[in-house]
Amino acid sequence: MKKIYFDHNATTPVAEEIFEAMVSYLSDEWGNPSSIHWAGRAPKKAIDEARENVSALLNCTPQEVIFTGSGSEGNNLAIKGTVFSRKAKGNHIITTRVEHPSVMSTLKYLEREGFEVTWLDVDTEGMIDLAQLEKSITPKTVLITIMSANNETGVILPVGEIGRIARAHKVLFHTDAVQAAGKVPLNVKDINCDLLTISAHKLYGPKGVGALFVKRGVRVVPIIHGGHHERRRRGGTENVASIVGLGKACEMALRDMDEVSSRVRALRDRLEKGLMEKIPYTTRNGHPENRLPNTANLGFEFVEGESLLLNLDMLGIAASSGSACTSGSLEPSHVLIAMGIRPELSHGSVRFSLGRVNTAEDVDYLLNKMPPIVERMRSMSPLWSAEEGKRAEISFEEKGH
Amino acid sequence: MYSEKVMNHFSNPRNVGEVENANGVGTVGNPQCGDIMKLTIRVEDDIIKDVKFKTFGCGAAIATSSMVTELVKGKSLDEAEKISNATVAEALDGLPPVKMHCSNLAADALHSAIEDYKKNESK
Repeated sequence: MKKIYFDHNATTPVAEEIFEAMVSYLSDEWGNPSSIHWAGRAPKKAIDEARENVSALLNCTPQEVIFTGSGSEGNNLAIKGTVFSRKAKGNHIITTRVEHPSVMSTLKYLEREGFEVTWLDVDTEGMIDLAQLEKSITPKTVLITIMSANNETGVILPVGEIGRIARAHKVLFHTDAVQAAGKVPLNVKDINCDLLTISAHKLYGPKGVGALFVKRGVRVVPIIHGGHHERRRRGGTENVASIVGLGKACEMALRDMDEVSSRVRALRDRLEKGLMEKIPYTTRNGHPENRLPNTANLGFEFVEGESLLLNLDMLGIAASSGSACTSGSLEPSHVLIAMGIRPELSHGSVRFSLGRVNTAEDVDYLLNKMPPIVERMRSMSPLWSAEEGKRAEISFEEKGH
Repeated sequence: MYSEKVMNHFSNPRNVGEVENANGVGTVGNPQCGDIMKLTIRVEDDIIKDVKFKTFGCGAAIATSSMVTELVKGKSLDEAEKISNATVAEALDGLPPVKMHCSNLAADALHSAIEDYKKNESK
């Protein structure tokens, strides 16, 4: 069966050169980097190099990089680590309604612990209102946490502006850059952020490793207490092979980003334009320009996302749904709902996220295979009137829940 | 995550469409969950002679709709009324737990269609 992967925002295949860089740290170089003796020396050097590579991608110093076990851990450390150390100053945090669950759930937990959170709305294109942000800042505000780019729609938020506002009000600014890293340039000095999260497996590196940039002088209390690792900010013997993989992934991202992003953008545009032309009642979710070059989030009216994904999967095409139904929750995507998209349409939304392995043939395969699937599903949908080629008027009894 | 039977009914659904001269229609749904089912039946002498469905929904919603049409075709109204959402799920070798409430509405649609038929008859 053909296998076509359009789900790079979920994870990416590990690049050959990254895998090769990692292997010796799972075999010959097994030492503990903290050891004083011969066994620890090569692993220690490898970690130092990886830290250099991460800092080069973000334009910070190596000392400002903390290795973590995932993007989620990075977000947890950035948020809890800063607000816990600033309890004396205040208890107010500002965020948006479209953050990743690792930010959202952390903030909901903090709300239960007595913190106050302002959840900024987004408009129909997924953008926040900067004036609204500035108005929300109070003397009690200790942290603004807003993602660099949204995982579902690819919408890029104005982090540079947010950083300037935060700085002017002397409030810390954290950005979850897990989706933006490697796809668009990230420079912590331009963004004006104090903390920034990345994850290796979105960059063709291994799962289970990430990094958090913490600006020099910004105090972060650990959430994993332990030894002296990571300047006492994250306990645990370093996951050497994975850290090497992350370092290599950052090196590769810095080297290849321009070339890969322009190629991927052309493929994404071909995919999006093609589907919107071939399938009537297809809408784009998210800002048309301010978004990642690899992501297209499209709503197909009158059909449901999981069914679409299952049908695509039977043809070897991997994509993901705006409907969180597929991930075990029953609610439609909180991101699309925050953008004011109707529940049925957000249930019928599909995210295609492209990557360096995709080709024009992959896109054309989708453009040939998908329109008949949607047509067949619409013919089965009570919301669609095939004879009239428009929405069917139906009323129904509410059941379930 | 789905059983083979679910995937079989999903990829090859039975009795799709709307029954001509239907004398019972049931439409149930939950747009929050993203599932809406419309079941049409033709009842003659208390027997369900024909049944068809149209469904907007996930894999489980389509498979349960398809399965319920197979279960009730040719059955008496009494027998059909005994079919529950659980019966349908069982006939499909089970559904993922998260789908049991939301996407398992096919029997509800059937009962609603039967009720509609009875209402039409008593007019």
